[in-house]
Amino acid sequence: MSNTRTPALLVFEDGTVYQGASYGAEGTTLGEAVFATGMTGYQETLTDPSYARQIVVQTAPHIGNTGVNDEDPESRRIWVAGYVVRDAARRPSNWRSVRSLDEELAAQGVVGIQDVDTRAITRRLRDHGSMKAGIFSGDDAEAPHSQLLEAVRSQPDMLGARLAEEVTTETPYTVEPADHGWEGKPVGTVAALDLGLKSMTPVRMAERGLRVHVLPAQTTFAEIEELNPDGVFLSNGPGDPATASTQIGMLRQVLDSRTPFFGICFGNQILGRALGFSTYKLPFGHRGINQPVMDHATGKVEITSQNHGFAVDAPVGETLSAPESRYGRVQVSHSSLNDGVVEGLRCLDIPAFSVQYHPEAAAGPHDSAYLFDRFVELIQAHRAGREATGAQTLPPADRRPSAEDTAPSATDSTRSATGGPEKNA
Amino acid sequence: MPKRADLNSVLVIGSGPIVIGQAAEFDYSGTQALRVLKEEGIRVILVNSNPATIMTDPEFADATYVEPISPEVVAKIIAKERPDALLPTLGGQTALNTAIALDKQGVLAEYGVELIGANIEAIELGEDREKFKGVVERSGAESAKSRIVHSMDEALAAAEELGYPMVVRPSFTMGGLGSGMAYNEEDLHRIAGAGLQYSPTTEVLLEESILGWKEYELEMMRDANDNVVVVCSIENLDPVGVHTGDSITVAPAMTLTDREYQKLRDIAINVIREVGVDTGGCNIQFAVDPKTGRVVVIEMNPRVSRSSALASKATGFAIAKVATKLAVGYTLDEIPNDITQKTPASFEPTLDYVVVKVPRFAFEKFPAADPTLTTTMKSVGEAMAIGRNFTEALQKALRSLEQRGSEFRFTDDDQEELSDLLQRMATPTTERLHQVQRALLAGADLEEVHRITGIDPWYLDQIQLINEIAEDLRSAGELDAAALRTAKRHGFSDEQIGALRSMDPAVVRGVRHALGVRPVYKTVDTCAAEFPAFTPYHYSSYDLEDEIAEHSRPSVIILGSGPNRIGQGIEFDYSCVHATMALTDYSGDDDGYDVVMVNCNPETVSTDYDVSTRLYFEPLTLEDVLEVIAAEERTGGVAGVFVQLGGQTPLKLAGQLAQAGVPILGTSPEAIDLAEHRGAFDQVLNAAGLTAPKNGTAVSFEDAKRVADSIGYPVLVRPSYVLGGRGMEIVYDEAGLRRYITHATEVTPEHPVLVDRFLEDAIEVDVDALYDGQDLYLGGIMEHIEEAGIHSGDSACVLPPITLGPHVLARVRQATAAIAQGVGVRGLINIQFAVASDVLYVIEANPRASRTVPLVSKATGVQLAKAAALIGTGVSIAELRAGSGHHAAGVLPAAGDGSQLPPAAPVAVKEAVLPFARFRTPAGRVVDSLLGPEMRSTGEVMGIDKHFDTAFAKSQLAANNPLPTSGKAFVSVANRDKRGVVMPVKRLTDLGFEIVSTGGTADVLRRNGIACEVVQKIAETPEEGGTILELVESGTISLIINTPSGGDARSDGYEIRAAATSLGVPVITTVAELGAAVQAIEAQRTFTWSVSSLQEHAARLHEAGLEVAG
Repeated sequence: MSNTRTPALLVFEDGTVYQGASYGAEGTTLGEAVFATGMTGYQETLTDPSYARQIVVQTAPHIGNTGVNDEDPESRRIWVAGYVVRDAARRPSNWRSVRSLDEELAAQGVVGIQDVDTRAITRRLRDHGSMKAGIFSGDDAEAPHSQLLEAVRSQPDMLGARLAEEVTTETPYTVEPADHGWEGKPVGTVAALDLGLKSMTPVRMAERGLRVHVLPAQTTFAEIEELNPDGVFLSNGPGDPATASTQIGMLRQVLDSRTPFFGICFGNQILGRALGFSTYKLPFGHRGINQPVMDHATGKVEITSQNHGFAVDAPVGETLSAPESRYGRVQVSHSSLNDGVVEGLRCLDIPAFSVQYHPEAAAGPHDSAYLFDRFVELIQAHRAGREATGAQTLPPADRRPSAEDTAPSATDSTRSATGGPEKNA
Repeated sequence: MPKRADLNSVLVIGSGPIVIGQAAEFDYSGTQALRVLKEEGIRVILVNSNPATIMTDPEFADATYVEPISPEVVAKIIAKERPDALLPTLGGQTALNTAIALDKQGVLAEYGVELIGANIEAIELGEDREKFKGVVERSGAESAKSRIVHSMDEALAAAEELGYPMVVRPSFTMGGLGSGMAYNEEDLHRIAGAGLQYSPTTEVLLEESILGWKEYELEMMRDANDNVVVVCSIENLDPVGVHTGDSITVAPAMTLTDREYQKLRDIAINVIREVGVDTGGCNIQFAVDPKTGRVVVIEMNPRVSRSSALASKATGFAIAKVATKLAVGYTLDEIPNDITQKTPASFEPTLDYVVVKVPRFAFEKFPAADPTLTTTMKSVGEAMAIGRNFTEALQKALRSLEQRGSEFRFTDDDQEELSDLLQRMATPTTERLHQVQRALLAGADLEEVHRITGIDPWYLDQIQLINEIAEDLRSAGELDAAALRTAKRHGFSDEQIGALRSMDPAVVRGVRHALGVRPVYKTVDTCAAEFPAFTPYHYSSYDLEDEIAEHSRPSVIILGSGPNRIGQGIEFDYSCVHATMALTDYSGDDDGYDVVMVNCNPETVSTDYDVSTRLYFEPLTLEDVLEVIAAEERTGGVAGVFVQLGGQTPLKLAGQLAQAGVPILGTSPEAIDLAEHRGAFDQVLNAAGLTAPKNGTAVSFEDAKRVADSIGYPVLVRPSYVLGGRGMEIVYDEAGLRRYITHATEVTPEHPVLVDRFLEDAIEVDVDALYDGQDLYLGGIMEHIEEAGIHSGDSACVLPPITLGPHVLARVRQATAAIAQGVGVRGLINIQFAVASDVLYVIEANPRASRTVPLVSKATGVQLAKAAALIGTGVSIAELRAGSGHHAAGVLPAAGDGSQLPPAAPVAVKEAVLPFARFRTPAGRVVDSLLGPEMRSTGEVMGIDKHFDTAFAKSQLAANNPLPTSGKAFVSVANRDKRGVVMPVKRLTDLGFEIVSTGGTADVLRRNGIACEVVQKIAETPEEGGTILELVESGTISLIINTPSGGDARSDGYEIRAAATSLGVPVITTVAELGAAVQAIEAQRTFTWSVSSLQEHAARLHEAGLEVAG
């Protein structure tokens, strides 16, 4: 091997430049640099729409070892704006692999860089917060650094970025329970807004008997009502939740209608804002599959998959009144054990709950899959005509009936609410 | 949940002596456990028979019992101490088995002792293979298809169903003892036959072969709140078929997608819940079919294991410490992560580096053993390395082994045929990795190598990458910064680069430094830099950013002892750790030092990041050590380096370090050299009026013959530079000498052979002492039980001496002082003497910490290694004595030393533990158990009591070699020993033993009025039936006394000893040991055993007058 590699540069808005070699496509890419700490699941990471317009730095040094297969992508394409790795695999090895990651990145036009000190970069991002960055390889790396820096600095800011509409599906489609091992009639119908939806999410619902209508991000409440869903779901997605006024307005109508609601990640932030809380940008975000979260109802710890740069601003540990008072009482149901950030919300007087992390867990541990069971229970209770609330999402032993809910459910025991062994999709 | 309020005292069981499969990692986990329990204000009671452990330091427990770990002895301790709870999960299989036995015998119920950290049902579900299969099934996973059998007939029937090859595993044995792969019926007879005997439940599992599958392990933690986390995933480079302890392993797993990894994680969590591990750690092993991804659960250990130590060091997650906290009631989210301080232990570490562990073997010590690697663990130690990629970590790990040829070579000097390499690599041996590398270098097809070895193609490609970098480097026009950096990025040493460029490694280093190609030091932080790390646990990498913080105090660097091996084990780590403690504890805030540890052995306390100010997990080669020193220099300065605590590994660097201008603390490199150099050392002896056995050096057979003729046979011959008696032999005649010179060693003027007069029937004496240039403190005098000629590491010994008179002891002390002064020691010195016909001979002197330092320290209550470290930094012995007013006063007693122990002092007996049962000849017999001048023991135990007889009995029980109190004893000894055995054998008959003997020995015994049953020697009966071998195999013999001689009797002896070793019947191979054994047997019959803690012994010693250091 004579490794005459194409030089590449990683340039940060603070002027720091890292020299490496080209990986994937050659050229220029700009984005917000963030680091992700998962040791497995690069294919899922790359195809997670929440990473749109971000340059992802992988802290795990060896990337590409298991190649690329056609089953693991979380959406129709790679979304990361750029990819930063230390040691790219030369020869992938896995029985499911069909091509190398290098080829895949090049084929999808994703500009990457390898052979850089990813730990040094991570420490920089940790200490300085996420930064604007650019990767320049091949001829583009030849330009004067000042010019590259100018390009990096002039890109739009992530704060205030409205991206869900850029990544959402163009046309609605349906995920059927029967295609995911569910036998018998569907237990309900869900309208799921794709704000950057990961494909495992509707699969997790379909596995539990929910028929999922996946809808574009701009779908209105009226359009949703036409589907007459038993539940509404808002997905994860990229960008600043403060820009999601369309979805926030739509969600308020959903909440007013008392239709059961579940949100993940961006969906959690939108629920927070719909309830009247604010959101804010974290210094460097949570991006990994080892994030400990406390479920305050049970005192149990879940190891979760996370990918968020924004968070809901709400106090942990007390029952709150939603600033939008018509939604009644709210609890922070989950919080991060690392830094106390809000990781979940539960409404006690209306049927709505959400989590900031990724219970669909692709990539990541399956500890939180029980949340999908709780969504099913909420829907079933609602369908049974009972007054359901987010308290339904408490484990059975902890369910204290809310003011209105005086008739405890007798029909919701089809599945264990504590989440049994998770079937692998 | 907070700490339980109802636990006031806890008994912890250690793991006993170091044996293959259960090594120093349990000292590491046990020490962490004791610390936690003490911090929690719990009264801690410890039992562990291994004195060479940090955990048995009296300050780590309230009551430290260095007693045999048998259910009977532990029951006595429980009766005496009445602990509230027993923590059995941190002392390996030994502790777990003892806990099960105590439960079965009703001892726990009788005294109301609660098991914490595990419960009996969970242990049995995890360990009982049939029950575990049920667990796996209920967890929604698969096991390999298998059959449990209890007899050979059942085994043969099962084989019909499962087909060959299949795996044979006995139940309830540790380190996979007795397991193997049966390729045909003959194999099955052999392996399953032995396995049925090894298993305490006479139970063997036969299962479908998953040979060649990918092998993984997950390390898990669970708390009382049912929170479960995976601490680490480990992937074996060697596919299924090689015991994981003998495999090269990699963390984290390198070749799994997230879906596959999460599937393993889901199964592991379901299994841990189904088994019901209440709290604490456990590990689960998996096999994954590389073609389909089918997952099979291999086994689980419901306890802290060898892999837990590796996982702790690999991730920075302190498994044993956390497991202990969980056992006393905390939950994971209540325990802070030490490294980040801000985040809790309820998380899963994420790594931004690669960890590679490589095993170290000792087949050279057992030339008759079959070197094939199987499911029985045979490695004696391991080295771990951390790099920012696999190639860097692998090459660092290989050079950490410190074995000739352990690094990859890129020349074709060996002229090996590719076809030959490909054929040989089909069988896993210690050589396989190198065969693979050389085959790829010679152009072998990667896919073919994968087909033959089952090693994942990703790893093969990485090895190929190393080969390619080597070729690039060799063919590069100039050795420029880019070429060097690329090579370094993939772990090449200066030595390897030098070999490729035909340059001296020192020149490579010079060029490299001139070009500014230096390593940086990264931090192991559990979180891939997501949070700042507060614990300075570092590793080198040729990357961009360095993370060593500036330090205001100068550093004292302690070089550790590297991978455990026979001859250099945990005892040296003990000294390194003690030195670290002393330098930390006894240095004031302003004038103190930062104590820096360098080591690459994950099974140690020294590589716990809590022990030193900074830990560098690095190979102990000159290059790697020099770079650490440079890093410490540029961040705040170095006061000096200790090379005399970690055994030969650092000692052999002393000269080169000094040449490089590094200040060496303690004994100077010149003094070290002087002791190693025969001529100079003889002058020291002459000046002091001391005698060495007559000796000479030789560079050829003629030379050696001349020396031997002049000093007279028998002679002791050995290579000039040895560790653990490697290559040492006693030669009785010229023919033997010729054979030795021809076969044994490379003999050159640089490597002459040393020929010494062998002192027959001499009493060997070992001394550990401290010298500061002024005063001598003699730590202890040990009298060997076996006569000279048995390596001191394998010989039992007793302290204080039991047969040496005061004048001899005084002479020993004088001689020790004279040698210490003559050599110029500043710190520890170990001297071996022999007493023959009332003449004191000096055998050898080693100006360094010795294997016996921990033993002496435990037996006398004086911490010699701590004192040595302080002497090395300029504190005098007078200052170290209690009452001197110095801040380190009290490390040594106010007056007196170990040469003058009061009569009331307890008697401590050290016994060696030998691994013969683990090594098989290619024909499947165990290797011979005869002791000789080459050391082969893996560990040691201490028996301590008021008198020698009971102390010796305890030592034998602790060494898993309990002496019988009745039964049949077989006696067959060499002619020279016949006179010596009469009295002890007569005593055995008095005690009620029946004697069985053969030929000449029987005649002698009969003539001395000892009735004995005469049986046939093996050679005497061509047909089957009636020989001593069958008596032994049938289990009717409870004690074997067999001293070796030449000729037929020798081979007969081998057969008998081999059978006895297989069955675990005690074998006595020297007359001296027989004498001790008879005393011990009598004591066992006469006295009820009592147990005493080290603290009680110390109190008694104190009353008797010797001031014990506090």
